[in-house]
Amino acid sequence: MKIAFSSYGKTLDVLLDERFGRAANFVIYDTETKETAVIANTQNLEAAQGAGIQSAMHIVNAGAEAVITGHCGPKAFHVLQTAGIKVYLTRAVTGEQALREFEAGRLTPSTQADVEGHWA
Amino acid sequence: MKIAIASGKGGTGKTTVSLALAETLGNRARLFDCDVEEPNCHLFINAQPTHIEPVNVLTPEFDLKHCLGCGKCAQHCHFNAIAAVKQQMIHFAELCHGCGNCVLNCPANAIARGTRQIGRLEFCNAANFELISGVAQIGSSMSPPVIRQLKRHADRQRINLFDAPPGTACAMTAAVDGCDYVILVTEPTPFGLHDLQLAIQTLKMMNLRFGVIVNRADPQVDIIGGFCRQQQIKLLMQIAFSRRIAEGYSRGQRLLQAAPELKAEFETMLKGLGAI
Repeated sequence: MKIAFSSYGKTLDVLLDERFGRAANFVIYDTETKETAVIANTQNLEAAQGAGIQSAMHIVNAGAEAVITGHCGPKAFHVLQTAGIKVYLTRAVTGEQALREFEAGRLTPSTQADVEGHWA
Repeated sequence: MKIAIASGKGGTGKTTVSLALAETLGNRARLFDCDVEEPNCHLFINAQPTHIEPVNVLTPEFDLKHCLGCGKCAQHCHFNAIAAVKQQMIHFAELCHGCGNCVLNCPANAIARGTRQIGRLEFCNAANFELISGVAQIGSSMSPPVIRQLKRHADRQRINLFDAPPGTACAMTAAVDGCDYVILVTEPTPFGLHDLQLAIQTLKMMNLRFGVIVNRADPQVDIIGGFCRQQQIKLLMQIAFSRRIAEGYSRGQRLLQAAPELKAEFETMLKGLGAI
């Protein structure tokens, strides 16, 4: 299973970006191979609007089944939910810490967005 | 003829001047309230709308039976308003500008041109002139389409007065676009001057003719007059600060109700602009 982490960097040992839509990068971690890959999110970081929606599309297209991030807005959540991707919210500082929380079963999938949209 | 009344800074007296011009011109005028996010001309007129016209924009309607799931609609959307997920199209109407790019780029013709209401126009017979107000729907962030549809009701036989929204962004430029003349209303404060300069830069880029009215003018403060002389910008009129006008305004009176003597000055100004 592939898990996407919103991140300031390109590996799991750096700061987790608490923003989903405007995260700098997504680090995709494969739980079977233990390997990571990176998706740059620069375009959405700089988008005028709809960053969360397009970031969610990145996750869908990467084939991830779960997202671990700090916060998730309603539009991004709607897209992820439609695609059957689980959203886990964490206050962990780094990707590695968040992964350990996930592996220890301390994270539960969100049932709704935890922050408001910017447009409505 | 089309004359826009704009400002840069808000609260300088655009509506005050617009109503005074309309009242001066009487049945030769048609006044358009282009400040569609918060129209206020009607507050100074005791009349109910006689007619209402909806303002609609295109909205995509997806035919999932014919959808290929290719996602081209989402890729071509400049506003990130579409997500294509597993043959399900998610459309976020509040982000959509109704441009129709998704419809044009669908290889399967699976997107129909639906409509969505974003505002309305209210037609009103005012004191002695016609008023048409644009009203953006609450929650809709798209005012230029409402303003453009409003301006299509301009009458070639009349002097069309467009009371513009403040600022220099797309709503303001939609209001002043195509006008024969723009009257910039400002106040003698550093803030008034600063935003006047922004408005002038915008109008110069749009190649529009303009002049300045100073509202709440104070003979001791020549900040706007000095700027206009230095830049060789036409100073059309100065409306002196007056407690009588302010009190009238607080009771919902129009400028010419509180200060009827100003009508002659507005007439002279309109003659100078070739409007009458």
